[in-house]
Amino acid sequence: MSPSPDPAALGAYVDAAAPLLGLAIAPDWHEGVVAHLSAILAAGARFDGFALPDEAEAAPVFEAAP
Amino acid sequence: MTAAEIADAVASGRLTARAAVADALARIAALDGRVNAFTDVTGERALSAADALDARLARGEPVGPLAGVPFAVKNLFDVAGLPTRAGSRINRERPPAGRDGALVRRLEAAGAILVGALNMGEYAYDFTGENVHDGPSRNPHDLAHMSGGSSGGSGAALAAGLVPLTLGSDTNGSIRVPSAFCGCFGLKPTYGRLSRAGSFPFVGSLDHLGPMARSTRDLALAYDAMQGPDPDDPVATRRPAEPVLPGLEAGTGDLRIAVAGGYFARGGDPEVFEAVRRAAEALGAAAVVEIPEAARARAAAYVISAAEGAALHLDRLRTRAADFDPAVRDRLLAGAMIPAPLVERAQKFRRWYAGAVAALFETVDVVLAPATPCRAPRGGETTLVLDGVAMPLRPNIGVFTQPLSFIGLPVAAVPVWPEAGLPVGVQVVAAPWREDRALRVARALEAAGLARAPVAVGMESPPQEAA
Repeated sequence: MSPSPDPAALGAYVDAAAPLLGLAIAPDWHEGVVAHLSAILAAGARFDGFALPDEAEAAPVFEAAP
Repeated sequence: MTAAEIADAVASGRLTARAAVADALARIAALDGRVNAFTDVTGERALSAADALDARLARGEPVGPLAGVPFAVKNLFDVAGLPTRAGSRINRERPPAGRDGALVRRLEAAGAILVGALNMGEYAYDFTGENVHDGPSRNPHDLAHMSGGSSGGSGAALAAGLVPLTLGSDTNGSIRVPSAFCGCFGLKPTYGRLSRAGSFPFVGSLDHLGPMARSTRDLALAYDAMQGPDPDDPVATRRPAEPVLPGLEAGTGDLRIAVAGGYFARGGDPEVFEAVRRAAEALGAAAVVEIPEAARARAAAYVISAAEGAALHLDRLRTRAADFDPAVRDRLLAGAMIPAPLVERAQKFRRWYAGAVAALFETVDVVLAPATPCRAPRGGETTLVLDGVAMPLRPNIGVFTQPLSFIGLPVAAVPVWPEAGLPVGVQVVAAPWREDRALRVARALEAAGLARAPVAVGMESPPQEAA
């Protein structure tokens, strides 16, 4: 994923994603949501490319029964 | 008085539980208007519990190790009869909790007496202690400054001397940050060590509960009273309790202690690194170790927090978004839109990172690191300036706490005081399930006189004089 997506593209993504999630973003919240999403995606870019084998397990482990 | 001193005085008949509780209630009445630590005071319940405990003592019945100790809990803990607001406006419309949270019940089973619930940042998504609905909790050591958060009331209540013991929660630093800013001791135990049953969650993957106090002995007393499995929390460990109090004074001669270098040695004000240096010097710790990939760890914790927090609150975001604190709402709305692969990759990285840090703990027993990049900022501040570079304050307060809680390491937060001004927190970090080592080192720093958690100047006197 791109570490610093274009703000206009991110704004369009927010506009498209909100109704899919059943969310309504008021006009004066839009800038804040885009800024936070940008910061989150920038954080994601820090580990997105970290090479792990296909067999790597995620941290949470489901237990069928104790 | 510390919790241990109160319990000792009550058990030996030199003080009644009623007098101990009445004193705490009087201090709250006299001083809480200044610090805004409490959102609920359960005075009637507390006095009734105190009378019951005094009656048990009068009958010669045994009382627990925290007999008569007044305590208070962050308002995300269930308290029977109160809606569990978790710092929000929305949650206070919930029905009152039917019973107390698990840790409240365990502390009361040990004789402690709940006197109220404490202010916090909304839904715990906060490092400042500011709350748009209830007002900010203020730093008792300088009321113009932040208490830190999100367990802000838990730190402020201690530093104002309102109670000797509080409980907080820590997902990314929310016990360690207010402990640092308010100059008190805090313990974020190993992930899974203490039951979270009967508390309002934030990020299930990262949520921890723990005690805060003005002495390491009080931390250990409370922590030991709360340990043990709990089938009501699926994450809670099945390990039996491993009491730390018996070994608290064992010293540090057998421990390999090092300072965290690299990531943990830059990006903060000079005084936070000076506090770590002084702690290392007091412990005779000369080694420096590098916690690998800490920056990535912080980034992954950041993403998981936003994603899980958003999933938790999604229905409220759909129907009540305008009732959130705007600072929290916008982060959660953004969190709902994170591409799923990033969250899964964060969780895969987390397992790798836990393994890499476990390897580090083969070579060292305890690691020292700063708790925060700065001392308590002024209330309302939104910018952090480090080396002349301005950055957003809120998320960056957790830069040193987040990579450690991310993999559930036990950490004791220890207050160290520069020559003047507000305190600095040092994190004493141990391998998973070795809270005993973290607390032994914290105790050694306290015994050496380096770490201490005094009641704020001007708030020490009895309530009738302080009013």
